[in-house]
Amino acid sequence: MQKKKLSQRLFIDRLVKGVVCVLAALTAVPLIAIIGEVLWKGYDQLSWSFFTEPTPTAYKAMMATAAGEPIPGGIANGIVGTVIMLGMAVVIAVPIGILCGVYLAEHSKSRFAKTVSYLTDLLQGTPSVIIGIITYIWVVVPMKGYSAIAGSVALFIMMLPLIVRSTEETMKILPASLKEAGLALGGNNARVILKVQLPAAFGGIFTGVLLAVSRVIGETAPLMFTALGCSMIRFSIDKPISAVPLLIWEFFNDPNLQSLIWGASLFLLLFVLFLNLTAKKIANKWNS
Amino acid sequence: MNDKIFRTILYLAACLMPVVCGGIVYALVTDAFEAFNHFGFLNFLTSSEWSYTDGTERYGALPFITGTLLTTLLALVFCIPFSLPVALFVGEYFKGTRIAEVLSTITSLLAGIPSIIYGLWGFYTLRPIVMSLNISPQGSGILTASLVLAIMIVPYAASLSAEFVKMVPDDLKEGAYSLGATRAEMVRKVIFPVAGSGIFSSYILAIGRALGETMTVTMLIGNTNQMPGSITETGNSMASIIANQFGEADGLRLSSLIAIGLVLFLITAIINLIGKYLIKRARIV
Repeated sequence: MQKKKLSQRLFIDRLVKGVVCVLAALTAVPLIAIIGEVLWKGYDQLSWSFFTEPTPTAYKAMMATAAGEPIPGGIANGIVGTVIMLGMAVVIAVPIGILCGVYLAEHSKSRFAKTVSYLTDLLQGTPSVIIGIITYIWVVVPMKGYSAIAGSVALFIMMLPLIVRSTEETMKILPASLKEAGLALGGNNARVILKVQLPAAFGGIFTGVLLAVSRVIGETAPLMFTALGCSMIRFSIDKPISAVPLLIWEFFNDPNLQSLIWGASLFLLLFVLFLNLTAKKIANKWNS
Repeated sequence: MNDKIFRTILYLAACLMPVVCGGIVYALVTDAFEAFNHFGFLNFLTSSEWSYTDGTERYGALPFITGTLLTTLLALVFCIPFSLPVALFVGEYFKGTRIAEVLSTITSLLAGIPSIIYGLWGFYTLRPIVMSLNISPQGSGILTASLVLAIMIVPYAASLSAEFVKMVPDDLKEGAYSLGATRAEMVRKVIFPVAGSGIFSSYILAIGRALGETMTVTMLIGNTNQMPGSITETGNSMASIIANQFGEADGLRLSSLIAIGLVLFLITAIINLIGKYLIKRARIV
């Protein structure tokens, strides 16, 4: 091997460190650029009526634009739809996901649990558009129509593996002495899990649920074939319903409504970032 | 609570996972059968025609498979020069410091941004830049889609590889230093060989993410159904053709779209399982 001078080697060392720092710092640029753009273009659209009124029709928006006024209306239909579908999905996915996660943590050596664990990975990696297709085949076709139920089934399938994983991982890192102490006090297995282990794991599981919600709240593709969208504020769960990301997609495709994109995106982005930061904070608090 | 009942409840909850996964495969296969039966399995995968004029319907998946593979590979190429430095920054150079924590928070926030917002940003900010650089006249295309895709997968690749960089034992590093190596030499001769398989597997998982990404690609790839001639041209990925046409399709076209979905599902499943397997193996070493 060719011998290099010490000064040369030291220079390369410093150069590598510099390049690493610069390139690593550059990854912050897209985050700042995206938040900046959405904030800059969207902040003046956020008003009380933006959150309380449904989306205007294309005609109304066109008339307002022609008259030089800001487009009336807001994204209330999307917010209501997102809350309804996400609510139903959370209510079903959280208990089932926790139970499944507990099972995996309890029986981590059994063959069946290993298979289930692999399938959880498989489901977690499944592209969201395929979850959309599946829910269409499972729910929309038999019910003969798009509905909020179908949308929440899609969100449920997407959330389930995330909650299972976070529950399993949190349960596994709990000290074994915790369980032993519970059993020594005479509690049976079920009692120890429900009264000792799950409360102790609450922080980790809660973080997992928050992250799962923040992952699926911005999902658009699975809702396009299941919830479809609707321009009215609707509370019935067997009819098509809107959602915030669906509205962004609608605004993107309709030139008349394009100026509403940024307000809706800002709302969604802030909500998702808030959930993420909260989850991180809770996780840190729980770990220390 | 009765222990036996509780055990049964846990077991039933765990059984849901095989039921859902089995149901996914079953539904995709039965609904894709019509298309495979009509065109033949291999013919469907290798035909590059996509026309839905009544009577002479011909559907082939090749342009979309190409689109998906091209965008994913390009995204990977663009992602490595940024995710690797982030991994070294967080896992080695500034390990355990506040600034490393800030950077990993930034990357995790990047991972949280919904894909539709990435799409908007790509469409309204990146596309004009691509246009003004005279790379392609309409701005959207495979290149633009993969650039944004690269930003989206950086967090996944970076956070996982950082974990493996962190796990390199200190005594190995100290051994290299005691022999007179500089830090850069230590990174090349100790960290890369030791953490290499872990870093590699985190890129496999990042590929798994990029393969199925839907909205961003749909908004940026240009949505044309021909074979893309070069990376600056427009095209369609498997996910984006489904997102574009699923709502209006029926009959043979619907079945063909579901068949594409099945192929996409299988590809991502295989990539993800390989990635997870490699990660498990890398953790043991």
